[in-house]
Amino acid sequence: MTNSSSSKKHGPGQPEEIGPTLKLQRIKMSKPEEAEKRNLNKKLKDVEISIPIVYGNVAFWLGKKASEYQSHKWTVYVRGATNEDLGVVIKRAVFQLHSSFNNPTRAVESPPFELSESGWGEFEIAITLYFHADVCDKPLNLYHHLKLYPEDESGSMSTKKPVVVESYDEIVFPEPSDSFLARVQNHPAVTLPRLPVGFTLPPPVPIEDTSKRKRGDTKDHPLAQWFMNFSEADELLQLAAARQQTDSALQRMIKVAENEIV
Amino acid sequence: MDAKDILGIPKTQLPTTQEKKSRPQKEPQRKPDGISREVYALTGGLAPLMPSIDVSQLKKRPPSDEKITWQWLPFTNSARKDNLQLYHWVRVVNGVPPTGDYSFAKYNKSVDVVKYTDEEYEKYLTDPMWTKEETDQLFELCERFDLRFIVIADRFPSSRTVEELKDRYYVSRAILIARAPSPTDVSGHPLVKDPYNVSQEVERKRALSMVLSQTKHQERKDAEVLAEAKRITDSRMASRAAEEPEMPVASHVGSESADRAVVLGDTVSPSSNIQLPSATVVPSTSIIADSASTLASLRMLRVYLRTYALEQMVQAASSSAGLRTIKRVEQALQELGVNLKPKVPTKAVCAEHLELRKEILTLLNLQKQLQYKEAEGSSYRDGSYIDMPGTPKRSQRAGDQDRTFVPESINFGGERVGKRDQKRKGPGRLSEAPSSPAHKRPRKKASDL
Repeated sequence: MTNSSSSKKHGPGQPEEIGPTLKLQRIKMSKPEEAEKRNLNKKLKDVEISIPIVYGNVAFWLGKKASEYQSHKWTVYVRGATNEDLGVVIKRAVFQLHSSFNNPTRAVESPPFELSESGWGEFEIAITLYFHADVCDKPLNLYHHLKLYPEDESGSMSTKKPVVVESYDEIVFPEPSDSFLARVQNHPAVTLPRLPVGFTLPPPVPIEDTSKRKRGDTKDHPLAQWFMNFSEADELLQLAAARQQTDSALQRMIKVAENEIV
Repeated sequence: MDAKDILGIPKTQLPTTQEKKSRPQKEPQRKPDGISREVYALTGGLAPLMPSIDVSQLKKRPPSDEKITWQWLPFTNSARKDNLQLYHWVRVVNGVPPTGDYSFAKYNKSVDVVKYTDEEYEKYLTDPMWTKEETDQLFELCERFDLRFIVIADRFPSSRTVEELKDRYYVSRAILIARAPSPTDVSGHPLVKDPYNVSQEVERKRALSMVLSQTKHQERKDAEVLAEAKRITDSRMASRAAEEPEMPVASHVGSESADRAVVLGDTVSPSSNIQLPSATVVPSTSIIADSASTLASLRMLRVYLRTYALEQMVQAASSSAGLRTIKRVEQALQELGVNLKPKVPTKAVCAEHLELRKEILTLLNLQKQLQYKEAEGSSYRDGSYIDMPGTPKRSQRAGDQDRTFVPESINFGGERVGKRDQKRKGPGRLSEAPSSPAHKRPRKKASDL
């Protein structure tokens, strides 16, 4: 009873920070017990989990030690955007390298999900992410073009400063299961919208003793100093300014149109 | 020649001059045996690329040991039933005429029309619509004309449609089945395998003739309606699949549907069936339907990348726009200093990006419509092309204003034009006056942030 009345209140007033397109829909529940049962059995609606990730490569020129076929040492990786441990969601990452490499299919079973190699050529690497059973049974593919040589050809290659190319993206699970939700609800690698009031999840059950496990986050990773920072603030500002301009252009045009139609 | 030696000029000249000398000599010698000199000269004195006739064969062919004569002889044709004797030229070798049947007799094939006895007729074939005589006539005509029903229909004494005749003829299938010792024996026979369905045939031919006699206009309209229908059913299917788990709660989904597009709202009710809505509703909601169906299909994916989702939504939003328009949207984005693909695609950024694209699209469409109106208006308003100074026509004035929205690109007031490629630190390519420092934001690598 209390659930349904509070749900009515919070229906339209959901947090805006999530973005204009997400409106958390309230399923009007006939009876609270039934609703809870339904929630436990089904996946949640309109609560999506997103994992911000960054994937790319860091490549060092080997300088004096460079040979014809091994001129660079590079590392390709998938990391959390804020360097948190992705192992909570990703079970295994498979990097598919160029066929000229030995065993071009390299599987990484635990975080940090990365692969280091040496070579001379740039090629596309297909990264397949396999998730834990309660997360998703379908793998996800990412594609990254390995970059070894600096953008401007006149730039000198140095052994100290690597070539770094990273891409930001977010893995979205549109309909996460309850167990998944429960497990990750407070994990720093995961972005959850605020759950509607009245929704209670069972407390998270830790999969394993985290102290025993090897560190999966990349905060103190040796390459961390080269990692790029991705902040949405800049882009948001840019977009807001652009929308303003478009709006005013639109207004002007409407005025012109009104003048025309006489 | 000595001079050339001294100079060291390579002696390649020599062979060619030799060639030239020999060729005119060769020509009169080279006339082949098979063709006369004059004919050969016709081809330019050169041999054809592919000798069509083997030259050596031309004069040698008549075989010496055989004596061939041609004789005018009578012959019979086994395909004929009347023993007609005709004459033709026959190649006789050494006095022996050729043996064997007339060579074209083997092509005289005919259809095995089932012949029933009167008994069988009584047992299986009696039909209120057909007399025995008619049936007999029909079968006889079938035999005669090898089941060419068009001809048979034409020749048939009483007027019957082709379908009726076929139907009656194919009743012989029943005879076959009846005659056969067991059904399986005869099941391979084409008559038995594919029974004739009169009503279907009539319907099919009617539909075919309708399609063939449609006007172009009709065709176009039909294609449009079909396309719309497909789109609607697709979106309905997608949203229906997404809505599936909601079915038990269907009676309480009022708030849900209110937030979605009109099209989807209809499908949520469990009793909906996929039917064409009225044509007027469809066009206006088609873009919303596209976006909604994209959302639904994304939901079904279970996992996807944000960038992928944005791509799909952008595609859905631009589905009604042509390639040129899409290019113009991208141009506008670049002018505004916005990345065509966001560098930091968070949920908020993607949403904003999509909204911006939609707005630009609206802007462009409005601009286009204005231009059309402009063209229409000015074409019948302007009698002459002469402009009196000091009295600019209204259309011209508005046209000038329009021209600030340059047809090929949108000039957003010239305030702030961003740089194109954010990776490059070089100077931006601006034709406008440089913007004020407050607006100038050189795009640097995100690592600098």
